[in-house]
Amino acid sequence: MRTLDAIDRRLVAATQAGLPLTPRPYATVGAAVGLAEAAVIARLTRLLETGAIRRIGAVPNHYRLGYRANGMSVWDVEDAALAELGPRVGALPFVSHCYRRPRRPPLWPYNLFAMVHAKSRGDVAAQVAEIARVLGPAARGHDVLYSSRILKKTGLRITETPAREPCSA
Amino acid sequence: MDAIDRRIVGALQGGFPLTPRPYADAAEALGLDEAALMARLRRLLADGDLTRFGPLYDAEKLGGAVTLAAMAVPEDRFEAVAEAVNAHPEVAHNYRREHALNLWFVVACERPERIAEVLDAIAAETGLEVLDLPKRDEYFIGLRLEA
Repeated sequence: MRTLDAIDRRLVAATQAGLPLTPRPYATVGAAVGLAEAAVIARLTRLLETGAIRRIGAVPNHYRLGYRANGMSVWDVEDAALAELGPRVGALPFVSHCYRRPRRPPLWPYNLFAMVHAKSRGDVAAQVAEIARVLGPAARGHDVLYSSRILKKTGLRITETPAREPCSA
Repeated sequence: MDAIDRRIVGALQGGFPLTPRPYADAAEALGLDEAALMARLRRLLADGDLTRFGPLYDAEKLGGAVTLAAMAVPEDRFEAVAEAVNAHPEVAHNYRREHALNLWFVVACERPERIAEVLDAIAAETGLEVLDLPKRDEYFIGLRLEA
């Protein structure tokens, strides 16, 4: 992905906390960063196409929607099986995030993380059982870590000035 | 949240239009008018039903880096350690979880090399081990919650 230019950075900085609730929000953003409305729309469209923007819309508070049981299910899966099984776990409709991460033995033996959100812990347990069925004997152990408190929740904070020389990563 | 609020939250978790009058266009698809949609979004944000309304950026695609970190914090120090961790602006999310590793937080930095500096600083400030669990592969992201 190409590095953001200075105008993109201003645009990200101006919108990362949210879009203005004005009838023409892209014009409002443009006025703040010195761009025409059409240029704001064109740049956001490109950021969406390249995946730098995952989506544009409402970010709900899970708890307020009744999704009070937030279980981070973690699995010790044979490395050779992960490339095939990871996407199958990720495709389950109730899995919101699914990642491979390194093990940190002895404290942490798990290499697959699948986050599930449900309205009760009973529902989470049923979903975890379904993940276990998908993984089968390749999963040598697992655990479910429930969140009991949100201690902080903010988005990424990007500043307008690049923190390093641009590179073509 | 009433039925209309739920319809808004259910329908608008992505795909908000990139058009000059996006609230009007989104409202029309929902059978509402622009002013009503904007008023409801304003209230949902003020009440905390929505944490944000706008673009959701991918820190890594923006050239930054993200990691997940975990710590086993003694109960009698939990509040102080959580506060010390939260004081770092690079800590984006922080959750208490029911496990020996009871503090789980996401660190997002614009410069990838800054991640290690933040984790080292937290370890030094708290005297506790910080497990760094960076993402190696992503199999799926993007839940839509039914509202």
